[in-house]
Amino acid sequence: MKDTFKLGEHEFTSRFILGSGKYSLELIKAAVENAGAQIVTLALRRATTGNVANILDYIPKGVTLLPNTSGARNAEEAVRIARLAREVGCGDFIKIECIRDSKYLLPDNYETAKATEILAKEGFVVMPYMYPDLNAARDMVNAGAACIMPLGAPIGTNKGLATKEFIKILIDEIELPVIVDAGIGKPSQACEAMEMGAAAVMANTAIATAGDIIAMAEAFKYAIEAGRTAYLAGTGRVLETGAAASSPLTGFLSD
Amino acid sequence: MEEIKELDPKNRIDHMTYLPDMEVIDSDIDKKVVKAINDYDYTVFTAADVLEALKKDVLSYRDFQALLSPAAEPLLEQIAQRAQQETRKHFGNSVMMFTPVYIANYCENFCIYCGFNRHNKIRRAKLDFDEMKREFEAIAKTGLQEVLILTGESRKGSDVKYIGEACRLARKYFKVIGLEVYPMNSDEYRYLHECGADYVTVFQETYNSDKYETLHLAGHKRIWPYRFNAQERAILGGMRGVGFAALLGLDDFRKDGFATGYHAYLLQQKYPHAEIAISCPRLRPIINNDKINPKDVHERQLLQVICAYRLFLPFASITISTRESNMFRKHVIAIAATKISAGVSTGIGGHIEGEEAKGDPQFKINDNASVDYVYKEIEEMGMQPVMSDYIYV
Repeated sequence: MKDTFKLGEHEFTSRFILGSGKYSLELIKAAVENAGAQIVTLALRRATTGNVANILDYIPKGVTLLPNTSGARNAEEAVRIARLAREVGCGDFIKIECIRDSKYLLPDNYETAKATEILAKEGFVVMPYMYPDLNAARDMVNAGAACIMPLGAPIGTNKGLATKEFIKILIDEIELPVIVDAGIGKPSQACEAMEMGAAAVMANTAIATAGDIIAMAEAFKYAIEAGRTAYLAGTGRVLETGAAASSPLTGFLSD
Repeated sequence: MEEIKELDPKNRIDHMTYLPDMEVIDSDIDKKVVKAINDYDYTVFTAADVLEALKKDVLSYRDFQALLSPAAEPLLEQIAQRAQQETRKHFGNSVMMFTPVYIANYCENFCIYCGFNRHNKIRRAKLDFDEMKREFEAIAKTGLQEVLILTGESRKGSDVKYIGEACRLARKYFKVIGLEVYPMNSDEYRYLHECGADYVTVFQETYNSDKYETLHLAGHKRIWPYRFNAQERAILGGMRGVGFAALLGLDDFRKDGFATGYHAYLLQQKYPHAEIAISCPRLRPIINNDKINPKDVHERQLLQVICAYRLFLPFASITISTRESNMFRKHVIAIAATKISAGVSTGIGGHIEGEEAKGDPQFKINDNASVDYVYKEIEEMGMQPVMSDYIYV
């Protein structure tokens, strides 16, 4: 059986969501191909009008576009950007980013849940970018989210799974796909997220800032595949089982 | 010869007292910045302080002070390397492009280093809306999607309504409209935001109010604290982002650089959603005074200041001006700056090929490169020119 995951009614085999910001337009196509990515995010605010270089023209046909609402500071602005994305032909997927902190760019879970509810009702496949908080994640689920996208570390920091323990809780408790977004700096960290049971990983800065963007996209692809395979193989249990005590505590039980 | 009465100090108004029409807001940021500048003794820092600052993820204002100190100068290469990493983390290889559009050069102020000052004999002009339209069309053809609208500082010559109409017109051609006009009250900023503007830049010139007093002899601009609080009023008026700058070379550049960054830092702390931008202008020659120069702020010092801004405010947009040479600009975008102007004219009009500007320029620019040229140059450096990084909501 094919190992896939679903977002709304859409099924995907690749578990690598690639960002398209922060690097040269000419490299997007090759990066997508080498990453084997089926979903590519784009910031609607980067899409230009007229005949100048438009990021939309550089994303290969056939991949699912995932516009994000970056630039939105609250639910209302996120909703407006999402509708605009649909109007300009970016499809029904939307990654909600509600950020009212220009320094750390941390998402506002409360506003994100509000936007999720409105957009889910309008038929969007809503993918909320959030701080890994279980209560807020449940709110997102109830609001109609298609997945949840907790951050591993502050965006752009390449610090990896700084929020690991909290993401684990989400993976355990939330039935929707949990996609680790932001902060993943190295393929090994992406691999670790997948071993933990994340449904997919999204990365941008780690690839955009690599010496060889195309090669790094490929490295991430293999790391994500390896992590997924390891998760399916069940490594977690092996690693977490300690050595058996020499005098078992329950040895006195006789009948 | 016209008699200039403000040349005599006794004829000048008090530069620290608000004029009757100036809005007073509840803010202590100016006091905090002034105290910090007064306490800043850059001679106490050593190379060890600088190296310590370079190891940190998040720099304190003391670290920022160390990076601006003379002790940091011999470590400039290391500082630049670290600044480049930080820039890449936050902006990847993107470089935003824009052009300034000067729509009027009438000015009521008397700032002795500025080409627009009211006593300087230059050709004054103001674009009417037809001329503006042609100007915008010419700029839009180059592919740019962001403009910065500038005027001289004259409420009579270019009133708020006129600037507002200019913004409405510009919005038909561009996605992002910034303003660099005289400081105003928050309700006026609100009006201009509704007209489509979303960024406000105000240069404080120098944060040393005693020095400021000797340079800005007349007009609204003379009131130091009203200018200082302009960014905060702009945010209160609903603007998304604000820009800061000291004109390096007017006074002690280390203290002015520190004050600029710390001002921006405190404002972002108070209004976390505010987007922060920093410009790094140095003094330039003007019409009727070829001798104006940035004194002790050589390219090396300028780069030190720019890198210190980047490390203290890693998320901030940093603009590099056409006051600098093409060579300097090109290299600094590879290190720390993230925004660059192109196809620049600081005269009134002047973006239409083959037509002379209607009014004289504010200062003499150093880099005349066209949009196309700068675009290609950015690409050749392995970076991506970005025309729009913004959505007006």
